[in-house]
Amino acid sequence: MSLDELTAIDLRERIAARQVSSTEAVHAAFEQIDRAEPTVGAFISLFRDEAFARAQEIDRRLAAGEPVGALAGVPVAVKDNLCTRFGATTCGSRILENFHAPYEATVIRRLLDAGAVIIGKTNLDEFAMGSSTENSGLKKTVNPWDTERVPGGSSGGSATAVAARLCSIALGSDTGGSIRQPASFCGVVGLKPTYGRVSRYGLVAYGSSLDQIGPLAQTVTDAALMLSVIAGHDPADSTSVDERTAPVADYVARLDEPVGGLRVGIAPAFNAGADESVRSALDAAIEVYCGAGADVVEIELPHIDYAIAAYYVIATAEASSNLARFDGVHYGYRTPNPADYVEVYSKSREEAFGQEVKRRIMLGTYALSSGYYDAYYLKALKVRNLIRNDFVKAFERCDAILMPVAPTTAFKIGEKTDDPLKMYLSDIYTIAVNLAGIPGLSIPCGLDPAGLPIGLQILTPAFSEDKLVRIARMFEAATEWHTKKPAIVG
Amino acid sequence: MSDLSYKVIVGLEIHVQLATRTKMFCGCALSFGEEANSRVCPVCLGMPGSLPVMNKQAVEYAMLAALALHCEVASFTKWDRKSYYYPDLPKNYQISQYDLPLGSGGYIEIPLEGGRTKRIRLIRAHLEEDAGKNLHTAGSFSQVDLNRAGTPLLEIVTEPDMNSAAEVRALAVELQRIVRYLGVSEADMQKGHMRFEPNINLLIERAGLQFRTPIVEVKNLNSFRALERSVAYETQRQLDVFLETGITMQMGNKSTRGWNDADETTVLQREKEEAHDYRYFPDPDLVPVTTTPEWLDEIRSRLCELPVARQMRYVGEYGLSDYDAGVLTAERATAEFFEQTVVAGADPKRVCNLLTQAGLKLANERGCDMSALGIAPAAVANLAQMADAGTVSATAASTILQAMTETGKAPELLAEEMNLVQTSDAGELERIVDQVLAENVQAVEDVVSGGKKSKKARGFLLGQVIQKTKGQANPKVVSEILDRKLS
Repeated sequence: MSLDELTAIDLRERIAARQVSSTEAVHAAFEQIDRAEPTVGAFISLFRDEAFARAQEIDRRLAAGEPVGALAGVPVAVKDNLCTRFGATTCGSRILENFHAPYEATVIRRLLDAGAVIIGKTNLDEFAMGSSTENSGLKKTVNPWDTERVPGGSSGGSATAVAARLCSIALGSDTGGSIRQPASFCGVVGLKPTYGRVSRYGLVAYGSSLDQIGPLAQTVTDAALMLSVIAGHDPADSTSVDERTAPVADYVARLDEPVGGLRVGIAPAFNAGADESVRSALDAAIEVYCGAGADVVEIELPHIDYAIAAYYVIATAEASSNLARFDGVHYGYRTPNPADYVEVYSKSREEAFGQEVKRRIMLGTYALSSGYYDAYYLKALKVRNLIRNDFVKAFERCDAILMPVAPTTAFKIGEKTDDPLKMYLSDIYTIAVNLAGIPGLSIPCGLDPAGLPIGLQILTPAFSEDKLVRIARMFEAATEWHTKKPAIVG
Repeated sequence: MSDLSYKVIVGLEIHVQLATRTKMFCGCALSFGEEANSRVCPVCLGMPGSLPVMNKQAVEYAMLAALALHCEVASFTKWDRKSYYYPDLPKNYQISQYDLPLGSGGYIEIPLEGGRTKRIRLIRAHLEEDAGKNLHTAGSFSQVDLNRAGTPLLEIVTEPDMNSAAEVRALAVELQRIVRYLGVSEADMQKGHMRFEPNINLLIERAGLQFRTPIVEVKNLNSFRALERSVAYETQRQLDVFLETGITMQMGNKSTRGWNDADETTVLQREKEEAHDYRYFPDPDLVPVTTTPEWLDEIRSRLCELPVARQMRYVGEYGLSDYDAGVLTAERATAEFFEQTVVAGADPKRVCNLLTQAGLKLANERGCDMSALGIAPAAVANLAQMADAGTVSATAASTILQAMTETGKAPELLAEEMNLVQTSDAGELERIVDQVLAENVQAVEDVVSGGKKSKKARGFLLGQVIQKTKGQANPKVVSEILDRKLS
């Protein structure tokens, strides 16, 4: 068999029905990894022996009639900023290159409880800071559709792994678009849940008030399945939402039920900034919804132009504090010959952090400094509130907002590395969603003239993931874009 | 020099360790003297990806303390990150409270001599997590023990309202008494549960002009003695330096000094106050705390009369001495036990003597508090009444109290069993007195003549009577008979 033949949910069902064994599925994953991974470089670490051992255990349990979970036997990849008890948790950084977490993230626990077989940990921009995975300190990942192009980022490894069918489904994290943008660039489905929907415990923090873990998948159904596994309150994360306030649904159960009387909102002025091919794909997508009976309403997001500025103050401020713990004292890289304890800090950090991480630490440190706090951090928080209100107002008039995921399709490797601002601006469509805390989904909606995938972004109000996946599924059911695959899949 | 006068001005920063079972933001047990790094988890180690979860008990203890200290308790408070790099701080930021402390304002009444008190105003009281400890025991490197990291601390900052080393000590002692009363801290000085940082300078008047000496902060004092002595030492040192150099307080000339316990001096640590920028910002990993009126009422219901108020009441209401009132109110358990005996009918002064002379000694020996001695307040009240009535002597009462703790028997029964009941039968005693008087003619003469020897002779006669009754005569009754016969 090949992983290309089956979605995660189909594979899960065949394994449960013992038509296919987990061992066969894992074997198929590693066959494809052996073939394509040397080209794409999606993984920082692979757990071949452990994966086969776990698959055999799942097969044994199934044979013995023991209960198994919702992802039993399915080969899964996870971003390498999620703490696991096995292997290293590097965050794509030299400072954590040999860091082995003594504990595991809540989502990892949930995956394992659901019977998933974690086959490896995927590459990312160092500490999830970046939009192309080029900022990884450990590995180069390329876009499976065009190896001269970036896979997007920061969850570029996970997007590539799913697009190249090195796994059935993967987890990423999204602080300013890091699930949705690489999903768009690699032609897969990416879902950033509402802030608070999924526990962040064990996710190495970048911007704590923005970070959220979510799936990268072949289909909306797979994404919904994964969300059902990882969503829910966690006492270890104070910011994870109480399920009495926002109950977790079975996101798969009603997936094929179209949302009646759907009103989709679009912000034409905002969308005008995207490339021609992206705009036509968006227009075509709107037509698809109209064809399904939806009304289109024009909405305004008056403060969205300030989103990038606010984001790069808030995210970097939090990052400067979150990354202070990587100091060479307690764990991780330590400079070999420090003159005194101050040099343990300064040299360890200087030698092991990459340029973009240093840039963001500097930016955030500046923004929080005495005398600048009010002008930067506090003002950014005010902008954040305005943007949140923009979305609340917009959702009074529509059920979902449609917009591009990124202004372009996957760009060339090295194209933006010398110009950080240009790189930051490529996040224009995704960043506001994190500031507002609402859920967003990226789904394939076209190919550009060069044959590169284009993503459609669908946004719904906070904690309405059940509706979000149904609206996305309406599009998927009416189109074939999700069936397009890069040549490397074979 | 004769026209020079000065007073010392002291404000205090105090860290009080709260007596929670677990740390401020994780489930690790609080510890003291355990093997290094044995009471740690990913959260208090600051492991990447770990997240803090607030200890509600710590917040409630802090609320209770804030209420007792007359602070205004914030209806909305939050957690802030205070950034600085130090090896004992695993995240390189401390979770603390910056602009919205749990408690603001408030005061502590400290007892002065003669039943007076002085009010020391507070600026704020906030919660934060403690750091670990750097150990410099090995040769060329240091080690870090993070067992203490994450321990909940209540930081209390006073206004500079204290004007002597004795007042500073009194405030520290009073705060210890308060937090122990409330049960929010063990306040064990040996275990570093209370740490003090006084800010000290002098206001000097000379020839009609006022001068202020540069402020000195003395770091990390963990005994009342060191606190008091450091203030006294600084007072003299700052006066000497002023007289020698004339240097006065200016922007930026605050300095930090450490306390040398061996030679009881302060030593310079940092010449100038470093311009620290802690880059405070709200911790995005924790949600703000709203203290609802219902919650606050619930906490308020756990308040009790504070020790200083109790002490003053004992002096005023029961006529006890400052000293005795202080001893009885030092521990909440002692004070409550004492009051229960009074309610049960004991004379306050009598039972005070019983408790301070015998009860506390027993409790001390057994390392427990008064309520754990196994004696009922009502039984102690009975014993006090027996002593008042002369049924037993004061000494016998102490003996009986101890026996009560050992046997659990009633004091009346023990007095009988131990043969400690005093004879107050006037007829019987009169016969013995007559006998003693007849046997000691010289002494009788000395008393009657009223000379220098009179008092001593009377005491001798009294003693002879007591001796003949094997200690069971009531001295009061004997005394009355003697007076009558010898007048």
